[in-house]
Amino acid sequence: MARGSVSIVVERCKACGFCVEFCPTKVLALSSAFNSKGYHPPHVVEADKCSGCDLCGMYCPDFAIHGYRNPKPKAEEPKKETDDAR
Amino acid sequence: MHADPRGVLTGSHFLDGDHAACEGALAAGARFSAGYPITPSTEIVERFSQRIPKVGGTFIQMEDELAASIAIQGAVWGGAKAFTVTSGPGFSLMMEHIGYAAMTETPCVFVDVQRGGPSTGLPTLPAQADMMQVKWGSHGDYEIIALCPNSPQECFDLTIEAFNLSEKYRVPTFVMMDEVVGHMTEKVVIPPADQIEVEPRHFTSKKPEDFHLYQPGANEVPEMAKAGDGYNIHVTGLTHDERGYPNMTPPMQEVLVNRLRSKIIDNAEKICRFETANLDDADVVVVSYGITSRVAERAISMAREKGLKVGKFRLITAWPFPEKAIREIAVNTKAFVVPELNLGQMVREVERCAGGHAKTIAVPHAGGTVHRPEQILKAILEAAR
Amino acid sequence: MSTIQIQCEPPNPVEEFLRTERMPHIWCPGCGIGTTVNCFTRALIDSKINLKNLSVVSGIGCTGRVAGYVNLDSFHTTHGRAIPFATGLKLANPDLNVVVYSGDGDLFAIGGNHLIHAARRNVDLKVICVNNLIYAMTGGQTAPTTPGDVITSTSPYGTYDPAFNLPALVDAAGAVYVARWTTFHVVQLAKAMKEMFAKKGFGFIEVISPCPTLYQRRNKMGDGLDAMKLYKQLSKVKHGAPTNEVALTKSGEIIVGKFVDRERPEFSDMMNKHLREELGDQYIEEAPACSSCNN
Repeated sequence: MARGSVSIVVERCKACGFCVEFCPTKVLALSSAFNSKGYHPPHVVEADKCSGCDLCGMYCPDFAIHGYRNPKPKAEEPKKETDDAR
Repeated sequence: MHADPRGVLTGSHFLDGDHAACEGALAAGARFSAGYPITPSTEIVERFSQRIPKVGGTFIQMEDELAASIAIQGAVWGGAKAFTVTSGPGFSLMMEHIGYAAMTETPCVFVDVQRGGPSTGLPTLPAQADMMQVKWGSHGDYEIIALCPNSPQECFDLTIEAFNLSEKYRVPTFVMMDEVVGHMTEKVVIPPADQIEVEPRHFTSKKPEDFHLYQPGANEVPEMAKAGDGYNIHVTGLTHDERGYPNMTPPMQEVLVNRLRSKIIDNAEKICRFETANLDDADVVVVSYGITSRVAERAISMAREKGLKVGKFRLITAWPFPEKAIREIAVNTKAFVVPELNLGQMVREVERCAGGHAKTIAVPHAGGTVHRPEQILKAILEAAR
Repeated sequence: MSTIQIQCEPPNPVEEFLRTERMPHIWCPGCGIGTTVNCFTRALIDSKINLKNLSVVSGIGCTGRVAGYVNLDSFHTTHGRAIPFATGLKLANPDLNVVVYSGDGDLFAIGGNHLIHAARRNVDLKVICVNNLIYAMTGGQTAPTTPGDVITSTSPYGTYDPAFNLPALVDAAGAVYVARWTTFHVVQLAKAMKEMFAKKGFGFIEVISPCPTLYQRRNKMGDGLDAMKLYKQLSKVKHGAPTNEVALTKSGEIIVGKFVDRERPEFSDMMNKHLREELGDQYIEEAPACSSCNN
């Protein structure tokens, strides 16, 4: 299981490409799907490579994506994840 | 609410209008002022800068009037009662921020000690030529309240009233002095603090989730809030909805701008103050304000000595203009005589409200000194013919 | 609190700082302002600042719209005058943390005078200046930060006068914290903001940001992503660089880093100290907000 996951708010995306370009492990690519504004939002193409670093979230000017660390199998408080995901 | 005694210099004083205005501000609870020097208003903030460290508050001299006129509004949103002072050229610079205060409904006070203009004009000499500017100087449709003291005592009293009206109606208010009233020295009686009525800021007691900064309450006036209390307020000069969020559409414009107008105009009768005498049978009514009203008193008594039925109408509130009162007088009198230290400003309002029922005769003056009583008397005699 | 909840997925940290009912925002695709807001919110979280006391003051322009989107006490003031408004706000209630978030034209053209005076006084304000080298909101006119040889709507044949070197100006005026980053440098930018928040006095961070719709497009410089790649390529981190050596040109080096971090007495501290010395017991050191409006 990947260390991190990505959550995308498809409708906010304006396909600027920052997240795709600056993801350190190239997890993302712009999809061929459209959102209702006609943009191609990103989608995850290399899920296993996601570390949950949330660089995508920091870059996204539209607040349309963020990354987070997956909770470890043995109960690590999910609350802490939010602080760590920076 | 009574005045905070720390700001009240109770006693009988010999003060000029500028100094009295400063004391009025302090008595009203002003604890922040930002200013920029400009003759003949500077003494007001000079005195404030001297008094405020011993009362509790801040004075800052800003780099220009643009800064001063907005710094006071920052202070208001930080929770303080605030004012600035200026004269002609500085007043012109402040116009954008006067509009901002009107649009954002920021209670604050501006004192304009009028001097000869236009432009640099006569820095040390009087005029009353900013009277239309105070109402119309900023772009767009908005209403303000403007008061005209005619003595150092009134500089004290009306400055307090300006602060009170500002808080009551969440509107920028103006004390329209002139260089003579500002620099004349007379007896000023400052009562004990518990005899001075001061309007507190109407902070909401609603919870943040129930509160909207621009939701009209009583009198169409919204309640206030300040930064730091958890309301997450948003203040913008853009046309906005009741939450303060920009909503730049014609329907929103219609609602907002009309309310900014009606909150003052609909309450005009409560707001307007004027002083009258001998109106009942008057053939001629002299309408005046500020220092000119003192000269007019003399002219009126000279006319009455000649047997003429002359009444007096002194504007204490210039804006909103006391339309109703003038309209009522117009149908019962032959003529209005309106002396002003300008080439005809408030006379236009008188003429408009007279609606043709009475003649309106201006007694203009380019400024620089006051009328001689004979000049006003001459106009009264002509009007009475 | 969060608008996105899938099972136990943590929300985007920026969400609680947004007035979500006002999303989507007005910024163009590839504009970097939203990116700076992410850094801002991360910095606020990491600083553990009491958000109740945090006020954001902005001017007019694209960056000025930040105030309207953040769920804090926020003030969208007049063009160029965010800093004097912020000065009044801070002086009235010194417990407030006041951030000025505005653009290059707003802060350095029409607002230039206010900026240098606030820096001179060392008023405790934190200025985040998003510099997109143009007046974007009004359609892409020349700004005092537009480098030479650039096409804008008011320099249709190209600009010919030099741009202000913002860090040098603010440094000369007396700011105690001066840094520059670009929207590519998200981690460093958030860290710089956090550093600036912790330091008393007049702090300033310039953030170079793309304006794809106007600056980039008119100069055939691609889109926002192209600008970001250019920032990555052209920027050089030089902490402590003399600010007079960090001027920007159309396609030259972009020196980034923390340039100034010094100590100077802050305005209110100076005022209180001095008045106490002069007036002794007679000096009433009380914030204007405290005694003004007691109900």
